Amino acid sequence: MTIAREETYDAHLLSFVLRLADSALIASQRMAEWCGVAPMLEEDIALSNVALDLLGQSRHLFTYASDLEGGSRSEDDFAFLRDPHEYLNYIIAELPNGDFAQSCTKSFLFSSFAKTVWSSLLDANDSRLRDIAAKSLKETNYHVEHFSSWFIRLGDGTDTSRQKILEGLDYVWPYTNEFFDDDSILISLEGVLKMKTNTLWTKWIEGVTNVFASARIDLPSTPDFICSGKYGIHSEHLGHILAEMQYLQRAYPGGRW
Amino acid sequence: MYNQSLDKGPLKDDGRDQDEDRRIEFEHNVLAGYTVEPKDWMPEGYRKTLIRQMSQHAHSEVIGMLPEGDWILRAPTLKRKAILLAKVQDEGGHGLYLYSATETLGVSRDLLYEDLLHGRAKYSSIFNYPTLSWADVGVIGWLVDGAAIMNQIPLTQCSYGPYARAMVRICKEESFHQRQGFELLNEMMNGSEKQKEMVQNSVNRWWWPTVMMFGPEDKDSVHSKESRTWGIKRVTNDELRQNFIDVTVPQAEILGVDLPDPDIRWNEERGHYDFGEVDWTEFWRVVSGHGPCNRDRIEAKRKAWEEGVWVREAIMAHALNEKVVDRHG
Ligand SMILES: [Fe+2]
Ligand SMILES: [Fe+2]
Repeated sequence: MTIAREETYDAHLLSFVLRLADSALIASQRMAEWCGVAPMLEEDIALSNVALDLLGQSRHLFTYASDLEGGSRSEDDFAFLRDPHEYLNYIIAELPNGDFAQSCTKSFLFSSFAKTVWSSLLDANDSRLRDIAAKSLKETNYHVEHFSSWFIRLGDGTDTSRQKILEGLDYVWPYTNEFFDDDSILISLEGVLKMKTNTLWTKWIEGVTNVFASARIDLPSTPDFICSGKYGIHSEHLGHILAEMQYLQRAYPGGRW
Repeated sequence: MYNQSLDKGPLKDDGRDQDEDRRIEFEHNVLAGYTVEPKDWMPEGYRKTLIRQMSQHAHSEVIGMLPEGDWILRAPTLKRKAILLAKVQDEGGHGLYLYSATETLGVSRDLLYEDLLHGRAKYSSIFNYPTLSWADVGVIGWLVDGAAIMNQIPLTQCSYGPYARAMVRICKEESFHQRQGFELLNEMMNGSEKQKEMVQNSVNRWWWPTVMMFGPEDKDSVHSKESRTWGIKRVTNDELRQNFIDVTVPQAEILGVDLPDPDIRWNEERGHYDFGEVDWTEFWRVVSGHGPCNRDRIEAKRKAWEEGVWVREAIMAHALNEKVVDRHG
């Protein structure tokens, strides 16, 4: 019994770490699509910077995941040799960028959530996660600031920009449901992570509400959307992301890069 | 930009053009090694030459983000992805920095950028070639950034202060770009046969376009002479090209790749490598807009710029909204 429980615990912790790692990696991959084609050069640079931060976070997390498994897989094995159903990211991370308004809306909602997760993990009973959280929180605070400010400026800009923000929001908002719905992994890890979905929600909605107010946009109602990337059931977009991202590792197995 | 007639100074008592005196003094100062700063008087030709050269340089950095940026999503390892992202981000930073430096000459960045998008401005011919494999990312770092360093190091001594200072900062990053490219290729050359082939194929495609990056031969170079007098460009195209080849041939040997020029051989007498004839017809075709990617590059940037119009308008509108709130609320 004890052994079985420990195995479950390890598997759940690994799943949780991979969930964070995959979300950061896939969000980074999407963010990097803006590099060179953003609305202005300053934004090319800023968005590449966010992509770099997210990529760095995913690498720390993969390294931890690898250690949890006893080192049998490297960060690159995790990133390049897993299939879509083995990816555990929140679906919001894999959504297409759409236009700049949709991209900023998505990143504002996602980074605000990441911020609540990292803040909460500062109190986790797991020193590796605490360290990663402390580093990631600093970066994420900046991301939240950056994308909130876009959400506000575009929401409270011209009629066109406001319309685009509303359309982007309409598309992205339902996916935030996944942040807070049923989560057996968080429940089983509660002793270590000290994280509850309802506390996360309270913190998230508080921050998000303020930004919506500044943008003069009404907060949409809580979605009823079914969304389960964290259990490996994804949107159709992820397969395409991975096909592109993993192409070299798949085409030239065992290559030196 | 400054109007020609406004730039003419009053005539002196003895009837001589005051500008003529200033010009002589200016050239004397440049020769003596003084740095020219934005507020200093400068001949109109000097200003125009700098605007042209610096904005072309800025455009090259920005256009240069596209061919390599295309591989960020497909980078084969997370480490390589991070390095490439950082590199492309650096290039954007170089562009921004150079546009700002150009603006000190009294021209706006938006106007310069419009020139680029409408095909009125040039940028480095090299970015009109396609990146077809991952090895191209390494070869661009090794050869293209290598050539850029060769070009830019003398510019750290350029007579115009803002340009020279920009170059100091940029050269530091370019040398990191060059090293990561070489290291990437070295890793691949220790990999499978397929990977080695990929590298060799890439070197075959990029070698000559890189050699062309230094521009036409000195005998055909229109701007060289005055650039020299004004201390803008202190080393000639041919000298730079020779330096580049001298440094690169031994590096190719270390890597174990062949350079696609059968005429490369050490010339004891000259103390340099001899090399073959450059296909200048190809160079001029690319420069005149007929390279494999000229149209794609401009189209990508034009599309991004146009799709960003509403974003830039929204920023202005929001700033106005804020002002209104400040005043009334
Ligand atoms: Fe650069
Ligand atoms: Fe560079």
